[in-house]
Amino acid sequence: MKGQPLQPLLRFGIEDADSPVVALAGNPNTGKTTIFNALTGLNQHTGNWPGKTVVQARGKYCYGGQEVILVDLPGTYSLLANSVEEQIARDFIYFGRPDATIVVADATCLERNLNLLLQVVEITPLVILCINLIDEARRKLIKIDFARLAERLGIPVVPASARTGEGLELLKKTVQDMISGKLKPSPKPIIYDGEVEGALHQILPEIKGILGDDATSRWLALRLLEGDETVLEGIQHYLLTDPPARLEEVFV
Amino acid sequence: MLLSQLPVGKTGEVVAITCSGLVRRRLLDLGLVPGTKIRTLRQSPGGDPLAFNIRGAVIALRLDTASHVKIRSLD
Ligand SMILES: Nc1nc2c(ncn2[C@@H]2O[C@H](COP(=O)(O)OP(=O)(O)O)[C@@H](O)[C@H]2O)c(=O)[nH]1
Ligand SMILES: [Mg+2]
Repeated sequence: MKGQPLQPLLRFGIEDADSPVVALAGNPNTGKTTIFNALTGLNQHTGNWPGKTVVQARGKYCYGGQEVILVDLPGTYSLLANSVEEQIARDFIYFGRPDATIVVADATCLERNLNLLLQVVEITPLVILCINLIDEARRKLIKIDFARLAERLGIPVVPASARTGEGLELLKKTVQDMISGKLKPSPKPIIYDGEVEGALHQILPEIKGILGDDATSRWLALRLLEGDETVLEGIQHYLLTDPPARLEEVFV
Repeated sequence: MLLSQLPVGKTGEVVAITCSGLVRRRLLDLGLVPGTKIRTLRQSPGGDPLAFNIRGAVIALRLDTASHVKIRSLD
């Protein structure tokens, strides 16, 4: 839906969206802000998310002559809009359509971080998994097979230690390759059991008919099946000036 | 027993989540799937909420939320 006259990023308070926009997501305490600070340096700006009391930090960095806008999302364990923070993170990734989303994970408890990663990957394939705190993992003798993980997930995986700066050059390069389209991730789709897939099959054509044949319709259909009303608010707020009544009918 | 009854310093293992809908989903998203080890770290002065170690993160749950988690004691 990029390129439409309506600019969702503006509704997130981001005006200079001529440059590519990259989001930093992840569980709390995984080093998102440390990475954000290391990449943007003093070139950052903090305010609030429009209409919310949650702090928004965004900044810029340059890599290979390309300016990139980086947005530090609130730390969350989920993207189900259980809290303001989760709703902001989810809305930004889904409605804001960043050119890439970096999911920052803690190498010392990787398993718990992968749940959020899968939720992000369900929204967009443009995801980079940055496994941070590898210095801590080394200290605890935790070994991670990064290449195998990248292969299994179908997205790039970058090991890092934000405190020392290790891995951040590769992270910037990976972001660049994703923005330029050189790197096209193909995450494995998450297939649910027959009942859910059947229901999806029924409502997907309807949703595609309203929003255009869009790859992210599946995610939206899943939320509607769950009865998530916040997603309807999002559609109204970020995508449509005049929401069609039919979408309410699809809502179950 | 219920997670809300797990004393401070004790460890248990998740057996089942006994509620449905968004609360269930939230508990699962926090990492509380069956088989997960969980330890009670501390209790706030009023007794509610409780702080737990779940898969390497410290997470506070209200007693009524924790009472939806069936566990077995491991100590
Ligand atoms: N040892 C180590 N500590 C880190 C690393 N990255 C971040 N930290 C520390 O982890 C804590 C949480 O980092 P922060 O950036 O605030 O995490 P956020 O909640 O995801 O924004 C801080 O004390 C950081 O200094 C790292 O790569 N190695
Ligand atoms: Mg932070």
